[in-house]
Amino acid sequence: MLLVIFFVVMFLIGRLVYLMVFCSEYYGQKAENLHERERDIKAARGKIIDATGTVLATNKSVCTISVIHSQIDNQEAVINVLVKELGLSEETVRKRVEKVSSIERIKTNVDKETGDRIRSYGLSGIKVDEDYKRYYPYDTLASKVLGFTGGDNQGILGLEVKYDEYLQGTSGKILTLTDARGIEIENAGETRLEPVNGYNLYVSLDHNIQEYCEQAAEKAYLKKEADYVSVIVMNPKNGELLAMVNYPEFNLNDPFTLNDELTEEVTAEEKQNLLNQMWRNQCISDTYEPGSTFKIITATAALEEGVVSLTDNFYCPGYKMVEDRRIRCAKTTGHGAETFETGIMNSCNPVFIELGERLGVDNFYKYFKQFGLLSKTNVDLPGEAATIMHKKENIGPVELATISFGQSFQITPIQLVTTVSSIINGGKRIAPHFGVEVRDEEGNLVETLDYQTTDGICMEETSETMRYLLERVVSDGGGQKAKIEGYKIGGKTATSQTLPRSEHKYISSFLGFAPADDPEVLVLFIINNPKGVYYGGQIAAPMVKEIMENILPYLDKS
Amino acid sequence: MAKKPEREKKEKTIRYFDYSLLFLIIFLLCFGLIMLYSTSSYYGSTRFDDAAYYVRRQMYASALGLAAMIVVSRIPYRIWMQFSTLAYLGALGLCTAVIFVGTEAKGQARWLKIGPIQFQPSELAKIGVIIFLATVIYKTPKKMGEFKSLVKIVFIVMPVVGVVAYNNLSTAIIILGIAVCMLFVASPKYSHFILMAAAVGVVGVVFIVIAPYRAERIQIWLNPEKYEKGYQTLQGLYAIGSGGLFGKGLGESMQKLGFIPEAQNDMIFSVICEELGLFGAVCLILLYLLIIWRLVVIANNAADLYGSLIVVGILAHIAIQVLLNIAVVTNTIPNTGVSLPFVSYGGTSISILLAEMGLALSVSRGIKLEVT
Repeated sequence: MLLVIFFVVMFLIGRLVYLMVFCSEYYGQKAENLHERERDIKAARGKIIDATGTVLATNKSVCTISVIHSQIDNQEAVINVLVKELGLSEETVRKRVEKVSSIERIKTNVDKETGDRIRSYGLSGIKVDEDYKRYYPYDTLASKVLGFTGGDNQGILGLEVKYDEYLQGTSGKILTLTDARGIEIENAGETRLEPVNGYNLYVSLDHNIQEYCEQAAEKAYLKKEADYVSVIVMNPKNGELLAMVNYPEFNLNDPFTLNDELTEEVTAEEKQNLLNQMWRNQCISDTYEPGSTFKIITATAALEEGVVSLTDNFYCPGYKMVEDRRIRCAKTTGHGAETFETGIMNSCNPVFIELGERLGVDNFYKYFKQFGLLSKTNVDLPGEAATIMHKKENIGPVELATISFGQSFQITPIQLVTTVSSIINGGKRIAPHFGVEVRDEEGNLVETLDYQTTDGICMEETSETMRYLLERVVSDGGGQKAKIEGYKIGGKTATSQTLPRSEHKYISSFLGFAPADDPEVLVLFIINNPKGVYYGGQIAAPMVKEIMENILPYLDKS
Repeated sequence: MAKKPEREKKEKTIRYFDYSLLFLIIFLLCFGLIMLYSTSSYYGSTRFDDAAYYVRRQMYASALGLAAMIVVSRIPYRIWMQFSTLAYLGALGLCTAVIFVGTEAKGQARWLKIGPIQFQPSELAKIGVIIFLATVIYKTPKKMGEFKSLVKIVFIVMPVVGVVAYNNLSTAIIILGIAVCMLFVASPKYSHFILMAAAVGVVGVVFIVIAPYRAERIQIWLNPEKYEKGYQTLQGLYAIGSGGLFGKGLGESMQKLGFIPEAQNDMIFSVICEELGLFGAVCLILLYLLIIWRLVVIANNAADLYGSLIVVGILAHIAIQVLLNIAVVTNTIPNTGVSLPFVSYGGTSISILLAEMGLALSVSRGIKLEVT
């Protein structure tokens, strides 16, 4: 019998050796995972700071309220306080408080004052953790550009997404040992990994210019009962975007509430669609037929190719026959005899159809490519749409004619602004951008952001001619409503009909820049589906004038 | 183990007393109390605001047990022969009573309350059965070779086993095990035991088949990580595994902080492993082996068969519990509640064990060393 006992003992010791030597690491690790509690220390997200040094996006202290089930003494009191202070239904709170878990989150993003108040009740089992929440001091300002973040400090939209890696920082960690109830063990020592706060992003956006533009956009939106109004202000010399408006904007501090009151119940999916619609940055994500503003590009291509000179003579009978199709001019009675210069001032379609024919499909396509119209602008915002263009082999004479005056294909507003900038700045195409530089908390430079630049878009000479022609459009042509006394303004109007044509919906726009001979600021103003008068020269040009009147003295450009 | 013929010779002898066993018991008792304090202080302080809650109660029971041990060791053990029927009937009666008027804890009525004293009759039944069987076998030594008398004795023990099994299966198994060991020692024929082992095997399989929760226990045993009820076993394994060779050090167990449910009871060995490591665990096992060895020596040299059988019963009791407990804690066999002698928390258990040791010491006192 002693032998039996001895063998069993040897076997059990063998088993112990197996468990404690060979499985030691495995079980030890499992046990450690069980004991360790990891708490994240959130890193403060970097600020977004505009060209004037004004903070557009920052952080606010908020609280996260949780309960630790095993530490609750007076459950009813806990439930009462939470219901009263957090404005949640008793049912919700009760369910979470009664749930047996190590820690249960009740509500996040609670005001610091509310959190302090809850803390002052001194109830055991309630945990108030302070935390950061993204805060936008100007609420709606440049909402679709700045974007917002989710609860996990992750960018969801706009610059917040694009520069997430700079802004986010690295969250820290506290590792502590806890007993089975989740109570931290005193003297067990904690390992602490300090968080690294995010870097500040300095952008070219100027909140003053943005505000002027938003006011102008709102005015046009209300007056013309438009669907939406977009404005882009850019420095054509370096590609810096000074303002980008897509009116109506939304409140960045409350991005999940729709602008319009819902008239009926919608499903979660429909609501998400409506939210996506509200968050959409039309300047970048939507394409449209640019219409007459595109004549700038046709004219540049023709000049570059040498198929036209300023003094070439044309005749406009009010239409032009292309194959068997009769394509009308905006002025149905015709402009009569005109030079190339007056043709562009009149925005005369037959003149540009003629230019298109002189260029031919191959050349036209070559310039499309050369000007960068076939690729994206690589603006530093997410969600840029690509150009929708005919395939080269599908372009017949009719398509060529319509392309010449900016119809039958679609580009984004940012694409138009970028391309025109490169034409008037001497042939340098720069990826449009907001981001200028990244600095750390103390203001030390971390990185200067640079952007793709392509030289030789067109010849300097062509550029100069175009600046002259576009100034003539404003001084004596179709863009006269944008004329400002004492300033040299260049520009081009456009009125394009949206598809389907039968709906008679229009997009009116005006692209203006100043000073015309050495452009420092370029403004594109687009009114989508205006009611009443819809000619770009009539309704969009005055808005650009208004903006220019405000920002030119502000920027001190004359 | 050989059976000793009774020594009836009256010779000039030196009184013998097994001091080494006494020393081992006291050492183990102290070690047990230290480990119990280490293990139970967390539960004591969280439940009763008193870290020493469990250890203090265990000390009272130990003091009582030590007193009983000293008294019993001074009483000639042959006296108990007269009380054997009483012990048997008493054990049966108390174990039956506990089913009807027992105090419940965790869904099972295992405690009987008489005045201020609360105890587990099933623990009492162990010593009752030892005394009773020793007497029965002692009085019919000639018939032990017959298979019939083996079966008869098994049938006599069965009522107690059955009544205890009603709410504490593991204790019933231990009682049965003690009985089988005592019969094994008394019987000259091994073949009977092979037959009995086969019968027990069949009964065991039937048991598992008819009660699905036992089949589940087998599943949990094979894969403790997949079952919610494997929690305790798994937590024990975590503790054992994290001990390593030399352990985390006395008092440094993490798993005792509420992770192992009721760590001070049946799972205390896992905390010993975690704190003292493989080294400490093996030392403890060696300590038990030493005690068993001393008991074997006493049994071999006892003055008569009666004393020898009593010591064998006590030996079987301790050995079975130690082996089962360690096997359960290391998940070598399916989980069943067996406490670790002298270490696990349990007042009745520690008092009875010490009284049993008193009995063994009393037998050792009967050993007469021949002067040559």
